[in-house]
Amino acid sequence: MTSDAPRPPPRRRFFGAFGRRELKGLFWQVLVVGIAVAVVAFLWSNTVTNLSARRITTGFAFLGREAGMPIADSLLAYSPKDTYLWAFVVGIANTLRVAVIGIVLATILGTLIGISRLSANWLLSRLAAVYVETLRDIPLLLQLLFWYVLMQALPAARTAWRPVEGVFLSNRGLILPAVPVGPPQLSVLGTAALGCVVLYVIRRWLVTQQMRDGRPRPAWPFAMALLIALPAVVSVLLGVSWTIEWPELRGFNFVGGLTLAPEYFALLIALVTYTSAFIAEIVRSGIQSVPRGQWDAANALGLRRSFMLRQIILPQALRVIVPPMTSQYLNLTKNSSLAVAIGYQDVVSIANTTLNQTGQAIEAIALIMAVFLTISLGISFFMNWYNARIALVER
Amino acid sequence: MTAITDVPDAPRAARRPQIGNPVLRWLRTNLFSSIPNGILTVVLLAVLGKGVISFVQWGIANAVWLTPANDSSACRAVRGLGACWAIVPEKYRFILFGTYPFDEQWRPALSVLLFIALFYLSTRRALWRRELVFLWIGALALISVLMWGGVLGLSFVSQDRWGGLPVTLILATFGLAFGFPLGILVALGRRSKLPAIRSLSVLYVELIRGVPLVSLLFMASVMFPLFMPSGFNIDKLLRAQIAIILFAGAYLAEVIRGGLQAVPRGQYEAADALGLSYWRKNRLIILPQAIRHVIPPLVNTFIAFFKDTSLVLIIGIFDLLTTAKTAIIDPAWQQFSVEVYIFVAAIYFVFCFAMSRYSRSLEVHSGAR
Repeated sequence: MTSDAPRPPPRRRFFGAFGRRELKGLFWQVLVVGIAVAVVAFLWSNTVTNLSARRITTGFAFLGREAGMPIADSLLAYSPKDTYLWAFVVGIANTLRVAVIGIVLATILGTLIGISRLSANWLLSRLAAVYVETLRDIPLLLQLLFWYVLMQALPAARTAWRPVEGVFLSNRGLILPAVPVGPPQLSVLGTAALGCVVLYVIRRWLVTQQMRDGRPRPAWPFAMALLIALPAVVSVLLGVSWTIEWPELRGFNFVGGLTLAPEYFALLIALVTYTSAFIAEIVRSGIQSVPRGQWDAANALGLRRSFMLRQIILPQALRVIVPPMTSQYLNLTKNSSLAVAIGYQDVVSIANTTLNQTGQAIEAIALIMAVFLTISLGISFFMNWYNARIALVER
Repeated sequence: MTAITDVPDAPRAARRPQIGNPVLRWLRTNLFSSIPNGILTVVLLAVLGKGVISFVQWGIANAVWLTPANDSSACRAVRGLGACWAIVPEKYRFILFGTYPFDEQWRPALSVLLFIALFYLSTRRALWRRELVFLWIGALALISVLMWGGVLGLSFVSQDRWGGLPVTLILATFGLAFGFPLGILVALGRRSKLPAIRSLSVLYVELIRGVPLVSLLFMASVMFPLFMPSGFNIDKLLRAQIAIILFAGAYLAEVIRGGLQAVPRGQYEAADALGLSYWRKNRLIILPQAIRHVIPPLVNTFIAFFKDTSLVLIIGIFDLLTTAKTAIIDPAWQQFSVEVYIFVAAIYFVFCFAMSRYSRSLEVHSGAR
């Protein structure tokens, strides 16, 4: 600023340095914060009085006590003699088990249905539209109860349906053939995972090479070597067995194989079908958001269809798809708490039982909130990272 | 699955000459445009045909539509082969109105009609004026009088006897009616320049949106009594209603914030230049524009609440889903829960579908402007 510019007329000032606006702002902030603090203090003092009247000690000491609650279907080893803390961990594992698998399946199904809605085949696009409209407009809890009732109405283990050899569907749930995975098998899978990381680095290097001289360098020989040949060699060297365990009916129940309990199966179906309807709409609008000119331009360059989709259309569609997809993933995770309605023991259900057994309402609900806030932040963090990676780089 | 090659926006191969029978031409372009497409159509038709035939057999041909009161023997005879729709005439009064006194059930029925009329009037563009607020206050007051009674010669009905569809509508509508002003305040707070107010708003929104509604409802049913001075107790329905209002407030705040961001900067500057105070600026200039922008997402949020109110089942409040679940506890009818769930799903579907159609038409309309 030059010194001879016209100076604004001096503002009227109250209280020295504070202008009127600042003073007003300060007043509102003090008022709102004051009210908030007063409300919290009021609730807090009531709670303390009520708790001492009911002789409930606050704090997380109860987590070390024996839980004594049975957990029917758990990923981790658990017995009622374990502590509440371990019961919570088992509950978190159960929540993650349904959320992670649900997210993967819902993404696949939702993408297929979203693409079907855009199909030139009239019948397919109509069917996809009916699927989306129906599932979106019926409450998830109702769908969940519906699936659970159907699950219970399935035949008993003796007369189980066998849609495919080795797969049984009965009121005990879905039983699938499985490969038992122990430390030796895990080491082979670990090698493959390590291969993925190395492959990623190699691919990046190949791309930078191509950027320099324009010569394409295929990555697939490295992929074959790292993802198939290397684990195979390790497997043979260590002598790891990959025998499939076939379930069989013995007496009234099944032995062997992988069992998905009816509660888990019903919850998974309900979450996946419901969320896939929303994902389908996101995918559809994402693909439609790519301007027609991009298709035309790619065609004019004479690109192959798959290349065009992978390199031109999808990267642009993903920019529109990823942010709403994040909130669908968060919704699915939060909706998994409906498990409590059908008795699948996720973290909310276990917190609820704990709360009834010990009366530690505040601690139990604080734990639920902490778990879900952590999961939500984790998903948002990952998706924001992914979004930043695929975002448009403007010059 | 067809490939993405069939995207309507994708450039098509050279257009075929428009000759021949229009029906055949339609079939050819829409169902049999290529050999894989033709195979897909045939497969889909076969699957669809099989599904429709077995549904018609179960739901219509072999179904039992009416039975003598309290007698499910006819239904049990066709169990597994045909549907037992007779359970709907048998139980519909309980499913729709719960344990509301039987002779007084015209009152909740009238309330439901009032709700529907209120929703219908709110969709009329001609009525989008400030007076709509008074219409809402009047209608909600009238519904409260009808449901509670105690005046005008209506007998008093305590809210623990309410149930069914009116409870679902009450939870969703009052959630919106109270959550909306709350959402506006929080949205303004989140965009405020005052750090303390902004951080309180962010804390509220992120905390509520970060946790499942189930845990808020648990909190309302278990922790609320702990929060209040001893001897002071609020009814369970009201506690759930408070939880839903707080929940709605956080989600609506985010929707409204989107609208606030869409108002051009010049509008703020012009309002400031006129010397309007903060509240007058927002009330007269900013909010009317912001809310118009976000009406379609507001309707979608409302659909979501309407479905989410069903979660009160978990804390044992008699909404539509809970009455349905309770209706089939009756041993004689226990096996026919699928029919009851389909009936209730149809009710939810009608409400949500109508609202989502409306929201779609708004979007098309605003896009055309």
